[in-house]
Amino acid sequence: MPSITVALAGNPNSGKTTLFNRLTGARQRVGNYPGVTVEWKEGVRKTPDLDLHFVDLPGTYSLTAYSEEELVARDYLLGGRPDVVVDVVDASNLERNLYLTTELLELGLPLVVVLNMSDVAAQKGLRIDTRRLAARLGCPVVPVVGSRGHGIDELLASVLDVASRNGDGLPRRVDFGAQIEPHVAALVSTLGDLDAPPPEGQRRWYALKLIERDEKVLAQLEATLVAGPAAAAASDLDLEGDDSSDIIVSRQRYAFIHQLCRTAVKGRAAAGGDLTDRIDRWALHPVWGVPIFLALMFGAFHLTFSLGAPLMNLMEAGIGRLAAGLASLWPVGSESPLRSLLLDGVIGGVGGVLVFLPNIVLLFLCIALLEGSGYMARAAFVMDRFMNRVGLHGKSFIPLLIGFGCTVPAIMATRTLETRRDRLVTMLVLPLMSCGARLPIYSLLIPAFFPQRWQGPVLWVIYVTGIVLALLGARLLQKSLFRGEATPFLMELPPYRMPTPTSLLVQMSTRAWLYLKKAGTVILGVSIILWALTSYPKAPAGWTPPGEAPSPATTTLDQGTAAAHAMAYSVAGRLGRALEPILRPMGMDWRIGTALIGAFAAKEVFVAQMGIVFAVADADETSEALRTRLRQAYSPLVGFCIILFCLVATPCMSTVAVTRQESGGWRWAMLQFWGLTALAWVLAVAVFQVGTLLGLGGA
Amino acid sequence: MPLAMLQQGHRAILRSVSGGRRLRGRLAALGLIPGAEIMVLRNGGGGPFVVAVNNARICLGRGMAMQIEVD
Repeated sequence: MPSITVALAGNPNSGKTTLFNRLTGARQRVGNYPGVTVEWKEGVRKTPDLDLHFVDLPGTYSLTAYSEEELVARDYLLGGRPDVVVDVVDASNLERNLYLTTELLELGLPLVVVLNMSDVAAQKGLRIDTRRLAARLGCPVVPVVGSRGHGIDELLASVLDVASRNGDGLPRRVDFGAQIEPHVAALVSTLGDLDAPPPEGQRRWYALKLIERDEKVLAQLEATLVAGPAAAAASDLDLEGDDSSDIIVSRQRYAFIHQLCRTAVKGRAAAGGDLTDRIDRWALHPVWGVPIFLALMFGAFHLTFSLGAPLMNLMEAGIGRLAAGLASLWPVGSESPLRSLLLDGVIGGVGGVLVFLPNIVLLFLCIALLEGSGYMARAAFVMDRFMNRVGLHGKSFIPLLIGFGCTVPAIMATRTLETRRDRLVTMLVLPLMSCGARLPIYSLLIPAFFPQRWQGPVLWVIYVTGIVLALLGARLLQKSLFRGEATPFLMELPPYRMPTPTSLLVQMSTRAWLYLKKAGTVILGVSIILWALTSYPKAPAGWTPPGEAPSPATTTLDQGTAAAHAMAYSVAGRLGRALEPILRPMGMDWRIGTALIGAFAAKEVFVAQMGIVFAVADADETSEALRTRLRQAYSPLVGFCIILFCLVATPCMSTVAVTRQESGGWRWAMLQFWGLTALAWVLAVAVFQVGTLLGLGGA
Repeated sequence: MPLAMLQQGHRAILRSVSGGRRLRGRLAALGLIPGAEIMVLRNGGGGPFVVAVNNARICLGRGMAMQIEVD
């Protein structure tokens, strides 16, 4: 089946994603553009003669070099050469949305303009003469209502029609007027004379970008013959008017748009007084804004956990039954390596991650609701005053809050942030928000080392330490790695809308799928490796860890001691011992190191691992036997250092995997992993050494 | 005068934007170019600002509202 590629471009909040979901249904693939944090979506629509491959470009207001999204969108349009570009325009906010259209007109690509939400525009009293608009733009203009699927057939017909014209159906160019056009013409001809000229259709776009002094285009053509004339043209324009060349170009774009709207649009949308303004009176209220936001967040979390808990129990029971079923394939007491691999490695690792799927799905349903309704932008507005002090965007608050539950969905939720810098900074410090999986560690260790009246305060100190470190870390990252990338707080507050069920479903299922995919690939792999590290090599009979009294080979060891010996003999045990020089300054020994290696699978595994190395069979976070052993082995100061280290160091494998996926590369995941581990080490060493000096090292 | 001084509910014409070319470009794409008519929907005291331009609501930081001249 022959196919064509159709790129969907449009402003954020233009309903582009809803339309994309309508066009492609569930046949979508979601990923990231290589090396960047921008989401990439592709879907297929089958028609009788052609497969239409739709590419959903990131929502942008223009094609400048302002943000990663805009660069991705324009690189795709310039380099990917889609067969057709569909420009999704919010008909109820036509003038602003057409600004991007004026840029798309210059790309030399077949274009179809979609007037989305034409029902809202009509309600607002706008009558848009699509035929006249089409004539002025030189391309088809199709009114649709994406949320209800009206006009989809007409849109597909127009796309097929434009694609079949083989290049002679190009839209008209904007006339930039007597001041700019001569410069454009001169630059277009110079561009044509270059050794490696841009494609003919794109030369006007390049010429305009040179006049606007677009930094990326200037850098690209810096060493060519066009650089001199371009600089001259721009400074000519600077001198002629009282504005700089880029403002003159922008103003011409709006002049073109105003003229277009004067001829094609009747009626004027009355601004203000609509439902959005009435809701915003409360949602943005200086006093009530924050309580409303917190109440909505509470509602979202409550829904996630109250509905999620029974589903999670079902998942747990299902996985338990699967494990029991698998185990029964072997005779009781069997030590088959395959059985251990499947039960302890695969089901223990992947199953532990899968259990959270219902919660993840529900959480993302809530986020999709908040985002799709338009409230998310208000949340950012409300929280910006606080987040601004630490240099984070108002929208970062929600992922940070989710981080107290689980770091993995929190990192996925950073997708709501618009700039790369905000996303990466938030992502990198997120593991410092103490997640739910770390609570079992605290529940085991705090009562082991601290008297009753200190237990609450210690837990509080741990959580606050995490928050303070996250905020300091965010500040530090902005002053160092992300310096100069500061983007000012600037965003649109979209009108409130009812999110469509399709959009909610699609968003939810893509997140769920990403999560499952990760569980089935990276996490499966790491689980197996960790299983092997803690299981092999097998200790020979009669072997005892160095420093322990050897026991005669004939004695039968109790189950716990046998497991402890096996662990000590395994690669993880040896690694723990090899790490002792690093662990010593924190007051820890190889047993902690070994348990930490196992805990890379998931933080709460630390408890079980400690149980094994201390030869306490079937220990959980309430095990008094294990607490007694710990008290014998370490002082409260060391206990506190262990807790501190578990809080800060080594995000779990799921966090590393999701950071890699969401940040677009191993680089950031590794920086996060090693950065946090180094930070934890420095902190724990400082606390242990200072504490010892102060005489706190004893019992 | 800077936009930040404008009271809630007042209208003005944007005169100029001081600031980098990238910021000017983004503001222009949002409709905030010299000559545009704007109305302050919310002057958030110490916090961010909401203005209406071209039938859209734009939220901007206080620092930016100081860099935009209106009259």
